[in-house]
Amino acid sequence: MTQFSTGSSHRPDVCVLGGGIVGLSVALGLQRNGLIVSIIDEGDTGLRASRGNFGLVWVQGKGDTLADYAQISRLSAKLWPQFAQELFSKTGINIELQQKGGLFFCLSDDELEQRKTMLTMMQKEANGDYPFEVLDLQQLRNFIPEAGPEVVGATYSPEDGHLNPLFLLRALTECFIKQGGKIHHSGKVCKLSKHGQSFKVETEKESYQCDQIVLAAGLGNKELAPQVGLNAPLTPNRGQVLICERVKPFLNYPTGHVRQTNEGTIQLGDSKEDVGFDTGTSTQVMATIAARASKMFPLLKNIRLIRAWGALRIMTPDGYPIYQASQTHQGAYLVTCHSGVTLGAFHHGPIADWIANDKQDFELEAFHAKRFAI
Amino acid sequence: MPNALPFNRLETNSDTWVTLYIEDQAIQVPAGDTVAAAILSAGLLPSRTTSISSSQRAPYCLMGVCFECLVTIDGKENSQACMTQVQDGMRVSKQIQSPDLNAADTREAKHDK
Amino acid sequence: MINNTLYDLAIIGAGPAGMSAAICASEHGLKVALLDEQANFGGQIYKKLYQPSLKDESILGPDYYQGRVLIHQVQKSKIDCFFEASVWQVTYPEKSDSTLEINLSIKQQGQQLKARKLLIAAGAQERPTPFPGWTLPGVMTCGAAQILLKTSAMTPASPLVIAGSGPLLLLIAAQLHRAGVNISGLLDTRPKGRYVEALPHLAAALNNLPLLAKGLALMAEIKKANIPIYKNVTELTALANPSEHLEQVSFKTGNQHQEITCRTLLTHQGVVPNVQLTRALKLDHVWHQNQTCWHPVKDEWGQSSHPDIYIAGDASGITGAKGAAHTGRIAALKITQSLAKISSYQLAKLAQVPTKKLAKETCIRPFLDKLYYPAQTFLTPEDDTLVCRCEEVSAKDIRHMVKQGCTGPNQTKAFSRVGMGPCQGRLCGLTVSNIIAEESRLTPDEVGYYQIRNPIKPVNLSELIDLAK
Repeated sequence: MTQFSTGSSHRPDVCVLGGGIVGLSVALGLQRNGLIVSIIDEGDTGLRASRGNFGLVWVQGKGDTLADYAQISRLSAKLWPQFAQELFSKTGINIELQQKGGLFFCLSDDELEQRKTMLTMMQKEANGDYPFEVLDLQQLRNFIPEAGPEVVGATYSPEDGHLNPLFLLRALTECFIKQGGKIHHSGKVCKLSKHGQSFKVETEKESYQCDQIVLAAGLGNKELAPQVGLNAPLTPNRGQVLICERVKPFLNYPTGHVRQTNEGTIQLGDSKEDVGFDTGTSTQVMATIAARASKMFPLLKNIRLIRAWGALRIMTPDGYPIYQASQTHQGAYLVTCHSGVTLGAFHHGPIADWIANDKQDFELEAFHAKRFAI
Repeated sequence: MPNALPFNRLETNSDTWVTLYIEDQAIQVPAGDTVAAAILSAGLLPSRTTSISSSQRAPYCLMGVCFECLVTIDGKENSQACMTQVQDGMRVSKQIQSPDLNAADTREAKHDK
Repeated sequence: MINNTLYDLAIIGAGPAGMSAAICASEHGLKVALLDEQANFGGQIYKKLYQPSLKDESILGPDYYQGRVLIHQVQKSKIDCFFEASVWQVTYPEKSDSTLEINLSIKQQGQQLKARKLLIAAGAQERPTPFPGWTLPGVMTCGAAQILLKTSAMTPASPLVIAGSGPLLLLIAAQLHRAGVNISGLLDTRPKGRYVEALPHLAAALNNLPLLAKGLALMAEIKKANIPIYKNVTELTALANPSEHLEQVSFKTGNQHQEITCRTLLTHQGVVPNVQLTRALKLDHVWHQNQTCWHPVKDEWGQSSHPDIYIAGDASGITGAKGAAHTGRIAALKITQSLAKISSYQLAKLAQVPTKKLAKETCIRPFLDKLYYPAQTFLTPEDDTLVCRCEEVSAKDIRHMVKQGCTGPNQTKAFSRVGMGPCQGRLCGLTVSNIIAEESRLTPDEVGYYQIRNPIKPVNLSELIDLAK
């Protein structure tokens, strides 16, 4: 049965498809612009990239082949403290944002040399405004005395940081609802169409009407985008995350592979596997992640693994986001990326402003899906 | 330091008894006991404090389900006492909040020498 | 790797179901591996029976010692046994009829074992029974007290109070009384009317008169023991002394407030299948309203929703020790047939006896389920009760999450860390699903359960690294 949500008080200006970190960040930004926003979300067991990520607000090395991506990542990192403060003042939830720098451990000379080359190139590209340091093991141990003997060194960026992604998801949700937003758990979105000035969003159970739609459904965007004249060539890429027991704090900086949360939990990641939609874990990948982490931090061999899962990253062919407004269905926007945490403040700020002002943008041209056209 | 009323031991068939040290106090228990049973027989309640609120806990289910009986056994923190068989000379102490991996590492280094 | 043997059948759990299955499968020529976390055969029900601790056999009673027959048989069987072996992950390839991989830790070493078929006989656990004060040192489960009797010939510190509902509660009360323990109070937490609700199932239960008679004898024994019995108990609360140890239990009977001083409080609200592994394997589950818990879906042979994985014993739904042994045998026969060691005709013939016996064992279950159905407060506790003991999340927190729009336990988990501690949701999963269901006016089946993640038992990172190729 199709049921229209009618009545002007219930009719949102914008429907955001997807209630993960990306969708919620954009939705809050739209609310800041005075719009009435509804989020259409899947049920309890949807493919949840937001519940499976690592919580890094990470800058170093991002966008080595696309300067625009490096720029938005750094911009987002700079916008994060204000966004975190806003979430705290509105919800009382501290998302545990910490930006005192991050380390990328290298286990071979080659790896360290490659990173140094890459970061030097990025520094040049940014006209020198790209802070980083290359540390040998001795220097690294000034930051983290627990670094193991097999570690050759690390690269350090003062702009890196991390936050608690679960608290973030909760704070975004609470804030959105407090500001009058509605989250509809009405199943998968099946059909999008435009009738005159309005969009119609049909899910398994319900149907909604609005003036604008934002596609932030993660992997779901692939099916939805073509219905409103957009293109989202996305494939799932499994990143396995290993969660260990709480231990007394020892790791004061996030690293690319290991981080400790405020409550003491140790998280280990990550791998890149193309596995379709299977969110399971394979023994070999888990064992490899564990082995690498214990080379970096030998004391981790005494820790217990509590939970592991494969979260599906949302990857475009070149790994960069797609931000695009539809030409054929004006008012439809596509927002898709695999770094929803790092880019959260960017989505809440500039991206939401861009959508709220209904611009057919040009500055974001680097992120158009047309780059994938042959 | 045991601080609660100990559980009572009835007449048993066990003829081999071992000595283990609970909070440095020697106690004899039958060889087939689990560490959790030894803790109860010594009256070491509570046997751990939680990492969140420091609230006091003790063995609860005795069958490996609840993880309330986590203690430090021979230096190994967060060991499940109800799933560990006693060994002669074993040293058991309370688990205070979360394990300290650095301490474990030091202990192990000492052990290696 | 322990060895490179490809087993025809790996059985997880060496209780009555696992032992019976192992005996039966090896008799028919299957290469069988039997795995258990404990040091020897028996499971929880026949725990330590291979070397009983109690001198006085009258304390636990003949039902326990009857298990010896099974243990003697399995000891003589040609099977590979792995004890103190904690299975933490099972993986299967996409295609059926290929090899299952079982990751386990044996004496702190990471190991792997391969098998063509898997039988999960992981047994039951006691239902989580949250109430104010249930985390205090001194509060334990009835099952825990019975385990201590079996493994260590130990009885709890007195004064002792027992509270809850279920056949096991009566049994442990009788056993402790026989052991000379002075029981200060037996608190029956069932509301009025359970007998009336159970009555329609009495006729079916009469098909197993011996078991019914045993139950009546147990009740008579308790009555004769002069244990103070309190009926229709509500507002059960465990109270602490200043050093946070249990000191007193308070409750209400009718409008009357009561208090009993005690050092140990044993509680129980029935048992439920241990679904950690079947959940982690993403097998289908179905809500069982009478037992207020999920069962893994299985057919009459114990075959799960995955063709190579079978489930037997209490892990597939509560049947009791004898019933469990029959289900183990039935599943083993079917597995033997699926591996072409016996014909379909032989299968039908051999399965006749255990199937008939199983029917007799299970006919009493609907009656018992209704008779001992837990009071609502243990399913959906009051706001200030801790639901998740590990992460210290209260019922109020869960209700708040529902108000925030959480539609199921997985979002609730992400928002509050409920179920993320070392017990991996074993002691809060049912409660969380029940609370969300109640708050959102849905059935627990509609709300669903945690997505259980591997490893199903915490595993040392060093043991995981052992498996790296």
